[in-house]
Amino acid sequence: MKQSIVLTKVNDLVGSFSSGSVAGKVKLGSFKFDVKSIFRKFVIPLLSILLFIGLWQLGSKALFNMEADYKIEKALADQGAEAAEAMKACIASGDISCQPNTLPSPSQVWQSLQTLIADHKVISADKDAFAEKTAALNAKREAEGKAPITYTGRPSFVDQIFTSLKTVFAGFLLALIIAVPIGIIIGLSPVLRSSFNWLIQIFKPVSPVVWLLLVFMIVKTMTKDSNSDSAFIISFISVGLCAMWATLVNTAMGVATVDKDYINVAKVLKLKPLQKVFKVILPSSLPLIFTGLRITLSVAWMVLIAIELLAQSPGLGSFVWEEFQNGAIDSNSKIIVAMFVIGIIGFLLDRLMLTIQNMVSFNKSEAI
Amino acid sequence: MNTSTIENKESLGTYENGILYPSPVMLDLNDLKKVYPTPKGDYVVLEHLNLQIMKEEFVTIIGHSGCGKTTMLSMIAGLNAISGGNISVLGNPVKGPGPDRGVIFQAPSLMPWMTALQNVMLGVNQVFPHATKQQRKDIAKYYLHKVGLDGAFDKKAQELSQGMQQRVGIARAFAIKPQVLLLDEPFGMLDSLTRGELQDILIEIWNKEKITAVMITHDVDEAIFLADRVVMMTSGPRAKIGDILNIDFERPRTRKSVLEQDDYYAYRKHLIDFLEH
Repeated sequence: MKQSIVLTKVNDLVGSFSSGSVAGKVKLGSFKFDVKSIFRKFVIPLLSILLFIGLWQLGSKALFNMEADYKIEKALADQGAEAAEAMKACIASGDISCQPNTLPSPSQVWQSLQTLIADHKVISADKDAFAEKTAALNAKREAEGKAPITYTGRPSFVDQIFTSLKTVFAGFLLALIIAVPIGIIIGLSPVLRSSFNWLIQIFKPVSPVVWLLLVFMIVKTMTKDSNSDSAFIISFISVGLCAMWATLVNTAMGVATVDKDYINVAKVLKLKPLQKVFKVILPSSLPLIFTGLRITLSVAWMVLIAIELLAQSPGLGSFVWEEFQNGAIDSNSKIIVAMFVIGIIGFLLDRLMLTIQNMVSFNKSEAI
Repeated sequence: MNTSTIENKESLGTYENGILYPSPVMLDLNDLKKVYPTPKGDYVVLEHLNLQIMKEEFVTIIGHSGCGKTTMLSMIAGLNAISGGNISVLGNPVKGPGPDRGVIFQAPSLMPWMTALQNVMLGVNQVFPHATKQQRKDIAKYYLHKVGLDGAFDKKAQELSQGMQQRVGIARAFAIKPQVLLLDEPFGMLDSLTRGELQDILIEIWNKEKITAVMITHDVDEAIFLADRVVMMTSGPRAKIGDILNIDFERPRTRKSVLEQDDYYAYRKHLIDFLEH
């Protein structure tokens, strides 16, 4: 029912543009309105989102009722009928003290998002005020050669997002710096390829948690005497090590499988080894290298959350974990907000890589 | 058969102590052998293959698919190891690939991420390292102009049609001024109309540059139209030269003038008889 209403509306809307056009296509300036493509590109995705939210609403409602019934039964069993009635009334009144704690509904999540944004505004105002207050003092301390006083208050949700992004980019860069050169060297030499293969095959499937522990063992010792941010160092190195394998394997494969014709051209022209690498081999393996880098970035973002959660380093991962431990009434909906933010950022990062890939690679059809 | 062609080309040199000097032989394949080891034992592709190609000669090679034509050509190019016998260019044995033997491959083999000009420049930079950048650019542009790509210097190779790409391939090969030009069925992938155009372009540049050329083809008419001699190879394994046909048409030739020659159909019949026997 709902679907058909939306459909007729869209048809009306488009129809008003396309007065008298037979194929349902009309040119309005440089824009092309095509009922079918609008329907496919906008209406269907919109409907699927609505369907998703609807199912979510129903599911959370059902879970809420289950949890509520369970609470009432428990009150009945433990404290008798009177307590059960009181519990029922309390739940119905919406009092915070007795709300069932379960999957939050879409509207609760939306509310939490507002709360988090408001919270961010408060904290940034706080920060600005702090900076203003300490500006004179910090200038004086700088003149004396002392470290400035920094804001040590709680980071907001938005701050956590940026911390996570910083960590993931540091990890990604590390992966790039390690994996691309090694991949090229391994790809160029079949001997190295077969001798490194076992190492790659063994380390590739190692879980992020184990990498974290390994990095922790090393970094803990190395940063003992310095006051550097070891949580950040540990998490970005672990992220890099977990995520670099896709790039390593893809780069090696890309370099090893360069079209034989190109290699023959390079041979006939007697290009020097470095020229051969930079003029022929690298450009022709760029599409595969970028496919690897795309996978690396998405893996980095995925493991980052788990690693932050374990390494106690600030970021979205620790936000999720703290909210889970916190157990406040809106904790669950904040976790769901974080989930969406993580998903959307992951998607945007992938699009970003795809755009760069399309810009640098010669073969547009290979990148999907 | 070989000696007769040397006599034909006598004007190229003078006799000194009974030896023609300077030697008119550009490319000498002497008792050439190619063996591929397989799990079931050695597979002999070529054996006892002897062929001499003169300076400024255009030789086409025909033979059945898989007879080892391409193997022979890539051995001359130095891209494939020699199992026995030897190949020499102007008396110097071939030890590996080099820009003195330009190759036009069956696939255009352009670097798709480079423009047409960059593709030609890749070779020119390599062969004329001491020329100024402008001079090198001029060489590349000259040959691109010769193959009729005036408007497409800065087009990416992948944006060009197959025929246009092969034109760049021709320009790239001529621009490095090789002593021998090796063509491995360069027009095999093209439609017959484009093929004709490219044959005309190739022969036009060749008439001017007179670079010794060895070209593999499957097309009997192409073989006759372009060549001074058509070399027929026997079917493998152990392929060798089966027969050589001299094409005594005047140059420069046009397709029309060639078709009007009385000998044309006799040549054609000779080649087809060889291929079908």
